[in-house]
Amino acid sequence: MVGTAASEQLFEHRFPASSEQLCSVRQLVRDVLQAQGCGGDFVDTTVLAVDEATCNIMRHGYCGNASGDIILQILRTGGTLTFRLIDYCPPVETCKIKSRDLDEVRPGGLGVYLIQQIMDTMQFEKPPEGAGNMLVMTRKLDCE
Amino acid sequence: MESDSRTEGAYDIVAYTGEIDFHHSAKVREDIINNLDKGQHVLVDLYGVSYLDSSGIASLVQGLQHAKNCELTVGLVGVRDSVRKVLELTRMDEVFTLHDSVAEAMVAKKQHRPPDQHTR
Repeated sequence: MVGTAASEQLFEHRFPASSEQLCSVRQLVRDVLQAQGCGGDFVDTTVLAVDEATCNIMRHGYCGNASGDIILQILRTGGTLTFRLIDYCPPVETCKIKSRDLDEVRPGGLGVYLIQQIMDTMQFEKPPEGAGNMLVMTRKLDCE
Repeated sequence: MESDSRTEGAYDIVAYTGEIDFHHSAKVREDIINNLDKGQHVLVDLYGVSYLDSSGIASLVQGLQHAKNCELTVGLVGVRDSVRKVLELTRMDEVFTLHDSVAEAMVAKKQHRPPDQHTR
């Protein structure tokens, strides 16, 4: 019989959408990953992807207004980690979210590219009642 | 993030320690552009930097573009593996010349003019 692995929520953190929070959020994510037995490049790149996604919410969702909140949840389902970022911004126009061509040397537009390179999946899902958006990213663990 | 600047000849060397993220990237851009506006080439010393995100890369690219407009150069020095990985992922290692040390960058400057930037 093939069973479906149950999800375990490893972590939840609610924080203001202020860039001052980024350093501590990165450290919290790093701690969760290391507690799951991960290390090295996997931790560094996963932290980067979560940070880029968080930055995008602060810059483009809240437009630099730090009065809103962001919720980060990390779940583990079997050998896969799921990262949910929930915000209270107006709904994102997902068609406008795309990475840029790396042959263009110009500032900006690399955050989504990095997330797509690092994570296995990245998509917006129906947010909880009262929230604006929920970005869901997954990555298979390489440390089992 | 902390920064420290010094001048060696035609170069202003701006050394950072800590993490360059969205919270600090605007200062990096200002530092580079202010030094270029003084007519100095700029070396950004990243030896003490353990983390660089896409907003930090954007600041470096803005500095590079400003340098081209001023006919000056911007080079990167002392890039650690964690930062090099991000530069490689975004192929910015092909855009910036990465020097092991300030001394090596100075030698490169003397041997090749202009040494520090490439176009794809």
